[in-house]
Amino acid sequence: MIDEELVQLLTPEGERVSHPDYQSTLGGDEIFGFFRDMAIVRRLCNESTSLQRQGQLALWAPVQGQEAAQIGAGRALAPMDFTFPSYREHGIAWCRGVPPEDMLRIFRAVSNGGWDPQKYRHSVPTVVLGNQALHAVGYAMGVQRDGAEEAVMTFFGDGASSQGDVLESFVWAASFNAPVVFFCQNNQWGISTPSSLQSKVPLFRRARGFGFPGVRVDGNDVLAVHEVTKRALENARLGGGPTLIEAYTYRMGAHTTSDDPTRYRIDAEVEVWKHRDPIERVKSLLVHEYGFKTKDFDEVGDEADVMALKLREDVLAMGRPDPITMFDDVYAAPHPLIDEGRREMIELGISGGSR
Amino acid sequence: MATTTMTMAKALNDGLRRAMEKNKKVLLMGEDIGKLGGVFRITDGLQKDFGEDRVIDAPLAESAIVGTAVGLAIRGYRTVCEIQFDGFVYPAFDQIVSQVAKLHKRSDGSYTMGLVIRIPFQGGIGAIEHHSESPEAYFAQTAGLRVVSCSTPNDAYWMIQQAIEHDDPIIFCEPKSRYWEKGEVDLDTPPHGLFDAVVRREGSDVTVIGYGSSVKTILRAADTAAAENLSIEVIDARSIAPLDLGPMIKSVEKTGRLVVVQEAPNTASVGSEIVTELTERCFYSLRAPGIRVSGYHVPYPPSRIEDEYRPNVDRILDAVDRVMGFES
Repeated sequence: MIDEELVQLLTPEGERVSHPDYQSTLGGDEIFGFFRDMAIVRRLCNESTSLQRQGQLALWAPVQGQEAAQIGAGRALAPMDFTFPSYREHGIAWCRGVPPEDMLRIFRAVSNGGWDPQKYRHSVPTVVLGNQALHAVGYAMGVQRDGAEEAVMTFFGDGASSQGDVLESFVWAASFNAPVVFFCQNNQWGISTPSSLQSKVPLFRRARGFGFPGVRVDGNDVLAVHEVTKRALENARLGGGPTLIEAYTYRMGAHTTSDDPTRYRIDAEVEVWKHRDPIERVKSLLVHEYGFKTKDFDEVGDEADVMALKLREDVLAMGRPDPITMFDDVYAAPHPLIDEGRREMIELGISGGSR
Repeated sequence: MATTTMTMAKALNDGLRRAMEKNKKVLLMGEDIGKLGGVFRITDGLQKDFGEDRVIDAPLAESAIVGTAVGLAIRGYRTVCEIQFDGFVYPAFDQIVSQVAKLHKRSDGSYTMGLVIRIPFQGGIGAIEHHSESPEAYFAQTAGLRVVSCSTPNDAYWMIQQAIEHDDPIIFCEPKSRYWEKGEVDLDTPPHGLFDAVVRREGSDVTVIGYGSSVKTILRAADTAAAENLSIEVIDARSIAPLDLGPMIKSVEKTGRLVVVQEAPNTASVGSEIVTELTERCFYSLRAPGIRVSGYHVPYPPSRIEDEYRPNVDRILDAVDRVMGFES
């Protein structure tokens, strides 16, 4: 499809292909579980886009087209692993158990985070491109010092791959042999900037220059992503050091709901990628190899509808925060300017006060 | 009371050592801090005693020194980052203002950003460009950060330990021109809280406030003024953000006259903030406008002419004369 170095276990038509290094040993039920995850995340994404269009969210960053990359990677994680996302990792958040409504708090502009990152072992969204890659490496250095058998995974895109922080994190991870997996979703576009402007070599090959392995995987093939990620995480846990995974995929929608991709990319390209849809190919496999029926898929559709309805209700119930909450958790210890701000807000009658 | 005389550099070294002995989660990370002991030898001998896992020689990338310290903080470690020189902190600026300052808030208090960023700052050592800057105001304006500066060996010894124990991220500004000056260090009891301003010399005619290297210069100016029967009260701000306004207000209410000294330029500076706060709070006590004695609005000059850039005794006394010249 793209090049011979691409790890692929399932063609866009849903037919298995063999690979010398990677084989999937998953059974039908596990693969169906991946399908369910991907279908629910797509529904979550579509519902969120609708909510934004209806004025209920300030913004939404669609993940459509990247579900296999995220579910394949997310389901390869062990419970004790820790993940550091960018802002489009709704599929990873889903795998980590973050409630869908919490994912939308930042987009409803009622929070700058949305969930307790220590509880889900999934950090809060990072909007400044690439910052989180260094946090992941630092966290991994802590894992090393604790002698723990845990891996850390961080997510970024082809756009962020040009950021100094990402490249510095490669240096650090290699030099300290940190147990970290860099998961780059190359979705071909950083808003309007094509991936060809980010790198003159395939992104996964950069890893070799930094001194650790890089793998390019078909990011729309959930089985391949899962196997490649599982192995990289296992390698990290056992002291084998970092791996860069480039999940070659496509951002089917806009960068965010504020974006208009028709200004910079052609329909024909989108059409090509439509035929590589990550959900359709696994569905085809499930039908032909494992005998799943329309009824089975419909049940997932119903489940996704229920999730979406609850999501909508939960989001609509999220009111405007009391303005005085802006002073909460700015500092861990008391601070005179925080006290002063709170006092003024109460005196002006803007807030009844909390804490 | 066990006291001993040592340089500020040694006091910082001993303070770091004591913090590392007390808490095994305390790590040091920076460029050339291991075998070399840092370009100013602040971490001399610490890697030998605490090992390479706790005193980490970093590859040369400041954003990563701070960015990985953030990850280590999330994991429960307390990293003291050494930025080699003030002018090299800017590659880490993004991590400091976008992440270090905001992650406690963004995680609704789940993450504790307990880390210290040590920056040797201010000039006066005859260095080449980028080695003598005063970047404190950039950080003072960012909510989520705290900024402090020591001016004596005793403060250095205690403030570095207090900063490491504190749960908020702290920019720790060390006046590099004072590293080699000696002073008494009390090894038993911290002299003050980390965020306390301190009166270094009592006086009645003019309040002069500074921090870092400026404090000693102000004390010299006060000596000179005393010979002319002019009584200067000297306040060491110590905490740049937040400012400890209490002792400053008390002093200005007494003297009615205010001068603030800093090596940074005037515009949007810590000195401007001190003058504004005290004008708002002590308006009826002031008998003259507060005056700032600062660096000029130029890039830090070649060090052959830095003495004409940095506030010196003459410029401080000139400002004192100007506030004394107002009649009311």
